[in-house]
Amino acid sequence: MANHQPTYKNRLIILSLGIVLIVTIIVSFLLGRYPIAPSELIGMILSKVFHIEPYWTETMEAVLFNIRLPRIMLACLVGCSLSTAGASYQGIFQNPMASPDILGASAGAAFGAALAILRSGSSTMITMSAFIFSLLTVAIVYIISKKAKGSKLLGLVLSGIMVSSLFSAGTSYIKLVADPTDQLPAITYWMMGSLSGAKLREVGFAVIPMALGLIPLFLLRWRINILTLGDDEARTMGINAKRLRFIVIICATLVTATSVSVSGMIGWVGLVIPHLARRLVGSNYRHLMPATMLFGAIFMLIVDNISRNLLSTEIPLGILTAFVGAPFFLYLITKKGEVH
Amino acid sequence: MSIVVKNLNFSYGNRKIIEDVSFTAEEGELLVILGPNGVGKSTLFQCILGLLPGYTGTITVNGDNARNIGIRELARRMAYIPQIHSPVFNYTVFDIVLMGTASQISEIGIPGKEHIRLAEEAIERLEIGHLRDRAYTQISGGERQLVMIARALAQKAKILVMDEPTSNLDYGNQIRILSHIKSLVKQGYTIIQSSHNPDQAFLFSDKVLALLEGRVLAYGSPKDVISGDVIKQLYSIDVEVENLHNGKVRIFLPSALVNH
Repeated sequence: MANHQPTYKNRLIILSLGIVLIVTIIVSFLLGRYPIAPSELIGMILSKVFHIEPYWTETMEAVLFNIRLPRIMLACLVGCSLSTAGASYQGIFQNPMASPDILGASAGAAFGAALAILRSGSSTMITMSAFIFSLLTVAIVYIISKKAKGSKLLGLVLSGIMVSSLFSAGTSYIKLVADPTDQLPAITYWMMGSLSGAKLREVGFAVIPMALGLIPLFLLRWRINILTLGDDEARTMGINAKRLRFIVIICATLVTATSVSVSGMIGWVGLVIPHLARRLVGSNYRHLMPATMLFGAIFMLIVDNISRNLLSTEIPLGILTAFVGAPFFLYLITKKGEVH
Repeated sequence: MSIVVKNLNFSYGNRKIIEDVSFTAEEGELLVILGPNGVGKSTLFQCILGLLPGYTGTITVNGDNARNIGIRELARRMAYIPQIHSPVFNYTVFDIVLMGTASQISEIGIPGKEHIRLAEEAIERLEIGHLRDRAYTQISGGERQLVMIARALAQKAKILVMDEPTSNLDYGNQIRILSHIKSLVKQGYTIIQSSHNPDQAFLFSDKVLALLEGRVLAYGSPKDVISGDVIKQLYSIDVEVENLHNGKVRIFLPSALVNH
């Protein structure tokens, strides 16, 4: 291979992913039960800047800006957040099996959200509670896995499953005692994972914590490489491993918790997407991070399009991602080589 | 650059691991640490590298107390070359070497032209250009050790701490690594390395520190330290000593194997 070819090739791949994302976004605007033609889409978007006589109906405009736009934005943000969190967890725990679901971050966030709903908390409180419990779960899982004997890889996965099930049981209990007229449906909605009913206000609300998590993760991406070599080695290379890991955990958990609090439990994305991105651009986080971010957004957008267009009733996202994720997980654990 | 260790002590709870260890490695000197397994060599390395702050005594790196040197600055002075390992993720050789430049890059930065040049240079110096774009996990143990040394050079540190650099290598690769180490010492690098091979240590070290149960058993020039007596005490085996090549080579013949 010629010098620098990998970097050049990877930049090209990331650029292509960016283009695919834009195309997917445009197609997503056109898809749906209420058809919008490409010419109408262009007209409606341009009319926000220039004065154009509407050749589309008001309903069309309402569908586009109040229903499809927030939903598309949220799908991109959630997909990007969950995948980025997964890639980050995998790096700092030196474990290719780590992801928001495996580490219990999702189950913890769901428990926190359910608890806040039970206490009739505001949406800010729901996110805060989701974040705190998410962080707590990750901390517990990490501490237990460090004490676990035998394979580190297995220790983290197993303690994640155990702690997750504990929090899931807690969530089930909350569902049992929740008010069946309003609280229970709200919690159930969280559990299944869905982007339906997304409003611009919610998107605006999710954007800030997500940006607060995603931007540092993007900026620290190259340093995460060094953490994958282990704490001691990283330290002798001039990296404060404990501090860096702490920052990465906080950021990854913040974006996970925010995702869960606006879209519910959407599993597997955080595990599957980083692995697929690794296939495309290799293990170096310098390129892996942007590729994962774009890939995650594309994936979630496509899955959400299927969710809202395939059947006459919406299919919850969590169900669809499990259809993709579970077989992929089986493939990962049976395949030898790269994981070691 | 030099490193001076004075009256170093370290204990885990009540268990003393390192007791009153002192030594000096000057610029352009190769210090070999000999001793059986579990004698505290790794702990000693961890103290020197700033990974175990709970020691007493002083470690001076190029005139400054190591306790007052920040992580970044310490990494610019001293690099660690671990035993051959395999990372979880599959990096290319170039990626790994480039990571050595981390202490020269800002907290949120990525490597620039200057750092890429440093990594390229380090790869050239160890003559592993042909491995540049290979996967680190798919090259041989000897090649990985060379990559680790290249990474340390890219780190621009002048003190290199090596943990048994020739363990698990075949004979040819051992000699190849040792000759690279020797030439680095000639270029002014200060090298501290642990070893399990007294014959080798005699052949190419400038100074030897023999550690037994966390204490200094002997310290000084290889001619004085690596004697039959010291070997007997260190490894609890009887040896006969032969000097060859006008005293340049000293070999130890284990009595248990020779007198049959």
